[in-house]
Amino acid sequence: MKDKNPSNPGPSSPELNSKENDSSTGFTGKKVSRRDMLRLTGVGGLGLLLGGGGIGSIIAARSAAAPNRAVQASAALADSIPFFGEHQAGILTPAQNFLCFAAFDLTTTNLSDVKKLFQAWTTTAASLTSGQLIGNVNDNPNLPPTDTGEADGLSPSRCTLTFGVGPSFFDGRLGLGSQRPASFQDLPVFTGDNLEPQWCGGDLCVQACADDMQVAFHAIRNLARIARGTAVLRWTQEGFQRSSGADPKGATPRNLLGFKDGTGNPDVTDRKEMDTVVWNNSGDGPSWMNGGTYMAVRRVMLRIEVWDRSNLSDQEATFGRHRQTGAPIGAKDEFDDLDLKATDASGKLIIPENSHSALAHGDGTVKMLRRSYSYSSGMNLKTGQLDAGLLFISFQRDLVKQFVSIQQRLSKIDKLNEYMTHTGSAVFACFPGTRKGGYIGQSLLG
Amino acid sequence: MKFSYVVPVGLLAASILFAGCGSNENNGNTASDSNTTADAQVATTAPGTTEAAADFTAAIDKYRTYVIEQCDAFVKETENFINAVKEGKLEEAKALYAPARMYYERIEPIAEALGDLDPNIDARENDVDATEWRGFHRIEKSLWVEKTTKGMETTADILLKDAQLLRAKVETADIDANLLVTGAVELLNEVSSSKVTGEEERYSHTDLYDFVANVEGAEKIYELLKPELAKIDPTLEQTIGERFAALKTELAPFKVGEGYVSYEELKEEEVRKLSQSLDALAEPLSNMGTILGV
Ligand code: HEM
Repeated sequence: MKDKNPSNPGPSSPELNSKENDSSTGFTGKKVSRRDMLRLTGVGGLGLLLGGGGIGSIIAARSAAAPNRAVQASAALADSIPFFGEHQAGILTPAQNFLCFAAFDLTTTNLSDVKKLFQAWTTTAASLTSGQLIGNVNDNPNLPPTDTGEADGLSPSRCTLTFGVGPSFFDGRLGLGSQRPASFQDLPVFTGDNLEPQWCGGDLCVQACADDMQVAFHAIRNLARIARGTAVLRWTQEGFQRSSGADPKGATPRNLLGFKDGTGNPDVTDRKEMDTVVWNNSGDGPSWMNGGTYMAVRRVMLRIEVWDRSNLSDQEATFGRHRQTGAPIGAKDEFDDLDLKATDASGKLIIPENSHSALAHGDGTVKMLRRSYSYSSGMNLKTGQLDAGLLFISFQRDLVKQFVSIQQRLSKIDKLNEYMTHTGSAVFACFPGTRKGGYIGQSLLG
Repeated sequence: MKFSYVVPVGLLAASILFAGCGSNENNGNTASDSNTTADAQVATTAPGTTEAAADFTAAIDKYRTYVIEQCDAFVKETENFINAVKEGKLEEAKALYAPARMYYERIEPIAEALGDLDPNIDARENDVDATEWRGFHRIEKSLWVEKTTKGMETTADILLKDAQLLRAKVETADIDANLLVTGAVELLNEVSSSKVTGEEERYSHTDLYDFVANVEGAEKIYELLKPELAKIDPTLEQTIGERFAALKTELAPFKVGEGYVSYEELKEEEVRKLSQSLDALAEPLSNMGTILGV
């Protein structure tokens, strides 16, 4: 029985994307295609305009992410976040609706292969984030199209692609050992860790975020395809949060425990704060990381069933915040100060010392930028319970001083530990932004 | 053997993408100086329009000769195999089973193009109605699960007739350049879809024999098309060559004597590595169609 080969549609197949080519200028040319114009006036564009927080936050994100760069206010790319810039996008960018995260392992020991991969990924990332088809062989009946096609006709959906390398990238295979920043290594073991190798580590990572899951998946799928022969997937995790459609006002999203998550984050529009908390500056470490940042990823399984059986005051004591408003216990407004010294009439602390917010906040001097997504991976066949939780992602200037010091506190006495277990762990050094004409990781690979 | 309606595509994709997680050691230096697919794709842009259509007559003739050779050997080895079955020699039959099949697996796309021959020879349980199930895998189940040759005598005779019919038909089978190009990719897709998962030889666990044979069949086609490919896209030609070499290096440790270890002996991460090396090869190979022009 002849199996239809999907990669070979045969001569009778319809002309693919023929309209694309008349306006595109090739693999790197970034003229606005006819399709982009249609998008603007079509349903996608309209939905976006009506989508409340959409545009405003995009502009905010742009100017925050790349304050030195003239905003390319092309209306056609209204929901496109530029890939090129001083810093990588997907860090200060207000979190999109969906995440598709992939860690890769290299299958080569040859630095020039890695460089070629990053160059190919750069070109591809520029297409993916602007909603254009990848490559220029999309209409030859004798060849598999260079773009897999499932995002054809979709808007860029604020797609961002954030690239990084893990500590194992510097283990000597590529001869880059001396470039490893001193404090950049796998996280230490924390109390209560329950790590499974299948959710840990990686030589490379790509964090794909978009307001459309298919757009995010398409990005990872095509980047993995292009990597074949140079790098292979090590682990992947999809994530979600409430969508901007369901919450047009763009309130702080709630995690799967029902609490607002992100309230205590530093202000991404405060340049000075971001330089202090997130971005590496000259003098922090090797110069290739200037303008870059470190990412900590923890896959945290939530004991949802157990949580659901605990009463509201216990839940609130766990976080040190009220569930409905997100305000610190005893306060009214979500953004009221977290007063960790306040006591009740009997002299007892109002916000419990072992609550997550109290411990994570500490004396308030150590901060990080959290950008987590919830995940749901079906059910655990052993327990019959939901396999769901948080893909915790944070960005910081220094992993040890920031992530490790906070997580060490949390792992010992956080009341939240009753309701969760860390199953995965990885850290990545995320490069500074890629400049037009340059490529991802150029500051390191030269 | 692959039927579009029985292969659980989602499941396969999932098992390939997420088949556990291995060590963080070097996953094997699969390509010493290879290009990424994107490079290969970039290189395959403009050809075909300006050049005169290539002449594939010689390659097609050579391929037909190859197919006939394989078929001759297939008929001969199948005869030995079914004789052992009919003579009740269980162990001998088991030993002859996988090697005989390799001749078939090398040229499977041709058989698949010839009507019902492929299901008759190579259907797995549940690929076809139970009443129609025959061929190698029916006998495989008897030998390995029922542990007997008894009751297989008629099935054995029919298998030999089907093999002979295949041999007769390939003489005149339509072979064109397009079949070569897609056939090579199909052979590797066969590996991805059913060999990697251990579904093909679910009773005998001789999947690696089929795996190797499919790869050899694809490599044969690549070699025949290589001169033309080298003219049009030398980078692609080189990348494919390197990736064949890398995959064969990955397969080498599993060879014992003239055969291969049982698929059950492979660890999860070994299977995944083979699968990923195969994907690394199949991706550029799928661009061989560039020699056909636009
Ligand atoms: C499943 C795991 C986790 C959940 C569900 C969770 C949830 C929360 C919630 C609801 C808040 C209060 C609202 C807010 O300020 O955003 C919070 C605050 C915070 N969490 Fe977590 N968190 C988790 C893990 C972690 C981890 C692993 C770290 C870092 C090591 C961390 C660091 C922080 C920080 C720094 C704050 C802000 C504290 C402040 O107000 O300054 N969290 N988290």
